[in-house]
Amino acid sequence: MLAIRPRLASRLAAWVALSPALAVLVVVYIGCTTWTIWISMTASRMLPSSNFVGLRQYEALFANERWTVSVSNLVIFGTMFMIASLALGFLLAVAIDQRVRAENLLRSIFLYPFSMSFVVTGLVWQWVLNPTFGIERIGKNLGFADFKFDWIVRQDMVIYCLVFAAVWHAAGLVMAIMLAGLRGIDEDIWKAARVDGLPTWRVYVSIVVPMMGASFATASVLMATSVVRLYDLSVAMTNGGPGIASEVPAKFVMDHLFERQNIGLATAAATSMLITVAAVVGPFLYWQSRRRAAAGAH
Amino acid sequence: MVAMVEPTGPRPRPLTPARIGLYAFLFISALFFLVPLYVMIVTSLKTMPEIRLGNLLALPSAPSIEAWVKAWSSACTGLTCNGISVGFFNSVKILVPSVIVSIAVGSLTGYALSFWRVPVAGILFGALMTVAFVPYQIFIYPLVRIFASAGISNSLPAIVIIHTIFGLPTMTLLFRNYFASLPIELFKAARVDGAGFFRIFWSVMLPMATPMLIVAVILQVTGIWNDFILGLVFAGRENLPMTVQLNNIVNSTQGERTYNVDMAATLLTALVPLVVYFASGRWFVRGIAAGAVKG
Repeated sequence: MLAIRPRLASRLAAWVALSPALAVLVVVYIGCTTWTIWISMTASRMLPSSNFVGLRQYEALFANERWTVSVSNLVIFGTMFMIASLALGFLLAVAIDQRVRAENLLRSIFLYPFSMSFVVTGLVWQWVLNPTFGIERIGKNLGFADFKFDWIVRQDMVIYCLVFAAVWHAAGLVMAIMLAGLRGIDEDIWKAARVDGLPTWRVYVSIVVPMMGASFATASVLMATSVVRLYDLSVAMTNGGPGIASEVPAKFVMDHLFERQNIGLATAAATSMLITVAAVVGPFLYWQSRRRAAAGAH
Repeated sequence: MVAMVEPTGPRPRPLTPARIGLYAFLFISALFFLVPLYVMIVTSLKTMPEIRLGNLLALPSAPSIEAWVKAWSSACTGLTCNGISVGFFNSVKILVPSVIVSIAVGSLTGYALSFWRVPVAGILFGALMTVAFVPYQIFIYPLVRIFASAGISNSLPAIVIIHTIFGLPTMTLLFRNYFASLPIELFKAARVDGAGFFRIFWSVMLPMATPMLIVAVILQVTGIWNDFILGLVFAGRENLPMTVQLNNIVNSTQGERTYNVDMAATLLTALVPLVVYFASGRWFVRGIAAGAVKG
């Protein structure tokens, strides 16, 4: 008996140590999610009501112009931001990997924006893109009287300004991930390619890029997560404007929760976001667990 | 004759057109990343009449720190005009306990999940990994209600708990992966010596995890300092963090905007993460990579 007691005590201690995480699992991950989904199926407005209305909130949601604009903005933003930041990040990593001078300095320059917040990023670019004093004015001062660069105040172009700022913020992170991937590639592959007389660009396109699947996956997941969370940047840079031209789903939820007092519609929007993320991330997590299981079997 | 001069510097390479193109690409990219910082700095040192001349890229003719003083101590956030210093101290008040509590809980959870056979460990770890992707919006309303019924809504404890909850997936992953890479014999030896759960954690594992502790501190300090949405919702009007105050100063100004004060306030808000970034060097990248490689 005596020999077992310390084991029992340790067992108990393990449960005690895990209790905060278990509480978060039950209360937040399961409890709050269920609660949000439930509210989205009721007629709640300012206060939660238990009046079940099925999918009526979702009908209202997708008939709401602000929501459909938000969703299409997120699709445009997400596609352009992912492509641009992955491409720029990869090119920067390849360029830095050519044994260039001042490598450390360049890496610091490319990555520093990522350490700053989206609020700071948004406010800087709001100022630089400002048509009165910003880039447009520089063009005019250079003598091009008709020079125009007023995207940030144009409804059809403002979303690209958000993309621009977000790429500035995140491309350095992609560069850092890609550079680690490039440095992990066996020197022998380069030697073999050189013996075969392959031009450098062919080696990158046909051999190196296919070998960097893990780096691309990591970078893509990080970028995709920040796309869904896109909120601060829109608030700080344009506050959703001009009009509703740069609204995004996360902002729709927050505004309807705390300003417009329509929690039924807000939770329906939040649930729609969750479903979208699950549809995208679910297969990825499944693929990863399969890969891990396969790796464990060997 | 020139060709016979030995070039200096590491690994000299002939300057072919391709090399020139490479350096041109790197130089233009560096400009793209640096120009906003440069514009922020020069704008913050100019006077408003000079800014109205519209030379965004020009150096200030007579650099003045007046805008910095105003941004720090008397810029207006809506109704009050006490500057961004209020937000700075609020952020510090939020940051210190949030960093300590979130790392304590995360490291303990990671430790328990890596060495101890607990029946729910698999489910718990899977849930933590999945939730890292879920948008905050799905949790926010119920959490607001829970805090309200617990009587701690809009308070410092509320925001500390929130940062602990949302930091948990990354912190747990970071420490679990690190502990899982340590030799199991270490753990077994400690057990044979009769050390219990917390004893092994405190005296054996935590001292070995110093690199991860540094990484965790870097990640949490920058992450919590840069947070906007959680501070806005959960911290309460008395404790609004610096990012929220900054947005209020810049975007809710009545009348003419003072761009020099705006940029000084923006730089002040960016200062803490920038210092962390430049002081930590490669640790910063290591932290993001460690937190990012899920599973």
